[in-house]
Amino acid sequence: MQEILFTALVVTAIASALAAVLTLADRTVGNYGQVQMTINNDKQFTVEGGKTLLSTLIGQKVFIPSACGGKGSCGYCKVKVHDGGGPVLATEKPMLTEEELANDVRISCQIKVKQDIQIEIPEELFNVKEYDTTVERVEQLTKTIKLLRFNLGEETISFKPGQYVQLKAPAYEGNDEEVYRAYSVASSVNDPNHLELLIGYTGGIATTYVHQHLKEGDEVNINGPYGDFHYQEDDGGPIIMAAAGTGMAPILSILQYMADHEIQREAIFFFGARTMEDLFLSEKMKEFEEKLNFRYVPALSREESAEWTGIKGRVPVAIDQFIKDGAPYSAYLCGSPQMIDSIRESLKEHGVPEEKIYYDEF
Amino acid sequence: MIDVHPLVIFVAAIFTSNMIFSNFLGMCSFIAVSKEVETAIGLGIAVTFVLTFTTVLNYLIYWNILQPFGLEYMMFIIFILTIAAFVQLVEMLLERYVENLYYALGIFLPLITVNCAILGVSLFMVYRSYNFLQTVGYSIGSGIGWMLAITAMAGVRSRLNLKAMPEGLVGAPITLIITGIMALAFIGFSGMVQIQ
Repeated sequence: MQEILFTALVVTAIASALAAVLTLADRTVGNYGQVQMTINNDKQFTVEGGKTLLSTLIGQKVFIPSACGGKGSCGYCKVKVHDGGGPVLATEKPMLTEEELANDVRISCQIKVKQDIQIEIPEELFNVKEYDTTVERVEQLTKTIKLLRFNLGEETISFKPGQYVQLKAPAYEGNDEEVYRAYSVASSVNDPNHLELLIGYTGGIATTYVHQHLKEGDEVNINGPYGDFHYQEDDGGPIIMAAAGTGMAPILSILQYMADHEIQREAIFFFGARTMEDLFLSEKMKEFEEKLNFRYVPALSREESAEWTGIKGRVPVAIDQFIKDGAPYSAYLCGSPQMIDSIRESLKEHGVPEEKIYYDEF
Repeated sequence: MIDVHPLVIFVAAIFTSNMIFSNFLGMCSFIAVSKEVETAIGLGIAVTFVLTFTTVLNYLIYWNILQPFGLEYMMFIIFILTIAAFVQLVEMLLERYVENLYYALGIFLPLITVNCAILGVSLFMVYRSYNFLQTVGYSIGSGIGWMLAITAMAGVRSRLNLKAMPEGLVGAPITLIITGIMALAFIGFSGMVQIQ
């Protein structure tokens, strides 16, 4: 009995001594103290060293887009590190191109802040904030698409029409992973207390959460805004818009913006869908047609019924019919990469200048 | 064993009692990391470093704590504990002060914790009742011997990549066969010095 106790005592003593040494090392060697983080040469932050750059930035309320939650698998959280980032790590290399490596681009969730660090991020990311919202309304638009209206409470969001936000899908039954997914804002920039998103069911982690678990009154964490796809004030000519499915969201926001500011630029919106069942918000489109110099043209690729008198076929068919000379137009496209490729081709054939075709792929 | 000179043990640990070729210890990382000479050398250096210091540490703990209290049978657990703690410590120190080496070693460093060549050297040091200097010579020699073996294997394998090989032999199988042949070659050294 005594021997057992004694043995346990000695082993515990040795283990504790080792643990003490490690704890001490963690406090001294592993403690990087306060370091200076300089962003874009003008903003200075004093931060606790030792954590990853991404979590240090989030700690200072600077949000960098990141879909995988810092696991180093999505490669979204790229920032330019001009000084103090240390050598490029093996875990970063697969996600960086030669050009990015030459331009100091790093994966911010992989590198640690251990000394004074100088980084560069797009200025508009300072506008990105995190919002605790509640679901105010859920509306089933089609079989697979829901419109969700989120209430931001006291807080306000300032964004450009066409930009997107990230919604955090927490772990739920059957999914133990926390993910962020990007959705374009469909609501007006003049209503900064609310956000409306169109979310289509794909069976993925976030859309399953939204379609099968989220109810009115639930709390949802959203951060944003992001993205350089947005309405351009400076070119005054006519506008072509084209989208399919939930890609209508940023177009809605742009139209709402034009309605709010009574912008009477000529605008035409080609909406691609399969059948009449896939069309939604047609009433809203009518309202825009009445208020604006605007025309809504749905194009159905699979509709057989005689009831349908509109365009049969895909969006390029509609473009052929409505656009004669594309030169004065600018275009806003939102949809799948394949769809955008085909529409861009078609627009170029009609003479729409390539640099005036803005698009958002998802 | 008492009168063998530490330098003799050092040389013997590299050639005649090589950890890989005569004891077949530390095979996992030997097979997994012997694809490129550069990384093989990196891991070899890390193993040598950790091996030397943990063996000395274990020597002190064994003869000053375990043996006086009659707790020799606990040495397996205690040795593993010191090795794990030491690797942690080394990781922290390297990350702070020798950043380049830390990044070069990458994930190899934590892997060393479970490299059985390291536990093996600590146990042999006890079984063969080495004194302190002999222990130092033995541990440094074993580390260098392990590094020599993995570097040589990496050299062979990088040339092997250029040749067509039967599919069933690609990877670990051919590595094991080559290890066997190399071990045979190392037997040639056995007349030089003998410590076992």
